[in-house]
Amino acid sequence: MTGTVDPTVINLVVFVLAVFVGYHVIWNVTPALHTPLMSVTNAISSVIIVGAILAAGPSEVDFGSIVGAVAVGLAAVNVFGGFLVTQRMLEMFRKKAPRVENAVENAAEKEQG
Amino acid sequence: MSANLLALWYLAASVLFILALKGLSSPVSARRGNLFGMIGMAIAVLVTLAVTRNVTLILIAGAIGGMTGAFVARRVQMTQMPELVAAMHSMVGMAAVLIAVAVVNNPASFGVLDPMPRGNRLELFIGSFVGAITFSGSVIAFGKLAGLGKKFRLFSSAPVTFKGQHPLNLVLAIVMIGFGVAFFLSADKGWVPFIVMAAIAFVLGVLIIIPIGGADMPVVISMLNSYSGWAAAGIGFSLNNSMLIIAGSLVGSSGAILSYIMCKAMNRSFFSVILGGFGAAEGAAAAGAIDKTVRSGSAEDAAFLLANAESVVIVPGYGLAVARAQHAVKEMAQKLIAKGVNVRYAIHPVAGRMPGHMNVLLAEAEVPYDQVFEMEDINGELGATDIVLVLGANDVVNPLAHTPGSPIHGMPIIEAHKARTVLVNKRSMAAGYAGLDNPLFYMDKTMMVFGDAKKVVEDMVKAIE
Repeated sequence: MTGTVDPTVINLVVFVLAVFVGYHVIWNVTPALHTPLMSVTNAISSVIIVGAILAAGPSEVDFGSIVGAVAVGLAAVNVFGGFLVTQRMLEMFRKKAPRVENAVENAAEKEQG
Repeated sequence: MSANLLALWYLAASVLFILALKGLSSPVSARRGNLFGMIGMAIAVLVTLAVTRNVTLILIAGAIGGMTGAFVARRVQMTQMPELVAAMHSMVGMAAVLIAVAVVNNPASFGVLDPMPRGNRLELFIGSFVGAITFSGSVIAFGKLAGLGKKFRLFSSAPVTFKGQHPLNLVLAIVMIGFGVAFFLSADKGWVPFIVMAAIAFVLGVLIIIPIGGADMPVVISMLNSYSGWAAAGIGFSLNNSMLIIAGSLVGSSGAILSYIMCKAMNRSFFSVILGGFGAAEGAAAAGAIDKTVRSGSAEDAAFLLANAESVVIVPGYGLAVARAQHAVKEMAQKLIAKGVNVRYAIHPVAGRMPGHMNVLLAEAEVPYDQVFEMEDINGELGATDIVLVLGANDVVNPLAHTPGSPIHGMPIIEAHKARTVLVNKRSMAAGYAGLDNPLFYMDKTMMVFGDAKKVVEDMVKAIE
């Protein structure tokens, strides 16, 4: 066997390994966070914006770069929307809220007692 | 920047994406994970901007999209998450198709040979048809979830079926692949077969999703999540970009696993969901005559029982979210806890309209997540529980799931019937999504509390003193 490895074969290697990593990482996600998982995967798949940026970036503005710019816009909706809505949801899973309320209640009880 | 350096930056971004998903293994590490994801994305975008031109054009387009996304993310209600996610899937799908168009138009700007080699054509074909199906399928899913069915029949939450649907889909798929082969073999750019192929894929996306009913939406969203990932991976193949392949595969496998979990939780095979129309047919056949007696009581009666119990498990269903009763439930739980009652929540995987939806709705109402348990984790303890309070749930507590021969036999349920007393709040005796009667409601130890969930729970809160 001689010669260089075809890029497609290398891509395939990366692909198969990534699916394996994905499989194991995703099964470890707690079911309580499946909705944030979905919104963050949405944000991550919008890394396709990289392809859109390349499409929009030839030397002069032509048909291809306009199409690319539209793709950049669409993917950017997800990049920002996906990460921000995930953050918003995860903030709700913070533990501090009940503690604060308990503290207030305890203080109130002490005052009464 | 050299191509090698660029690839290394992309590697860093890929690792950060994996860490972002890994963070979600616990609510404690999840926010840090999300931050990793953002950093990864920032790296990916910035290094790509450094090697491209027309930066102004790109920044303008990105700013418009980014502001839209940020605005929506801030405004969206948690009950609307399924719609938002469906809409976002469609964006990824469309972006994939547009990038494919740009690659066909000018392969050289992506570092691909012109005319494009056959390997790249094959990958581009896969990326663009999966993207097109993701786009139009997600648009239909969005319409169904947002309740646009009244205006457009295409978006009806009831399955839209017609004679010869499956053969038509099969023929279209074969024709689409045929044009894909023509694109693969064409010596020039191959615009004609590419455009025809993409057009058929758009139509197929619509046809695949319309026969799927509203109850199966958790599976559909997960499936489209998976597709959007595979579309990104396909584009990564044709651009020889490892980061896109890795990110796409992570998302693709995530969506696939979620689809599997949802199918299992609903006792459906993946294919029966995809082929559609299952729920309607089975439900109509299975609904039997009801002539059994039901014991019903008032919210005050229920409150008395709850206040005197030692342990209470609350089973929330989507009816609870529809009635916007989460805050009232949390208030009631706090009062009970103050009285020394052990209150926990039991969540069925399909309690909401998408995976994990109910957990988010409870978290929004500031229910501490350590009171919230998954079905498998709490089922074993229900036998020793004084009261199970079922709020707006039906099929997920139906003991018929244990009866061989019943249409839902084998479906995992929250075993509410094992508790010493069962309180069920429902608006009426109407059947759930599965169209089945629920023997739980007729058991001697069950008390029904009829009425709107929010009203009933608020009355309970008042009565617990």
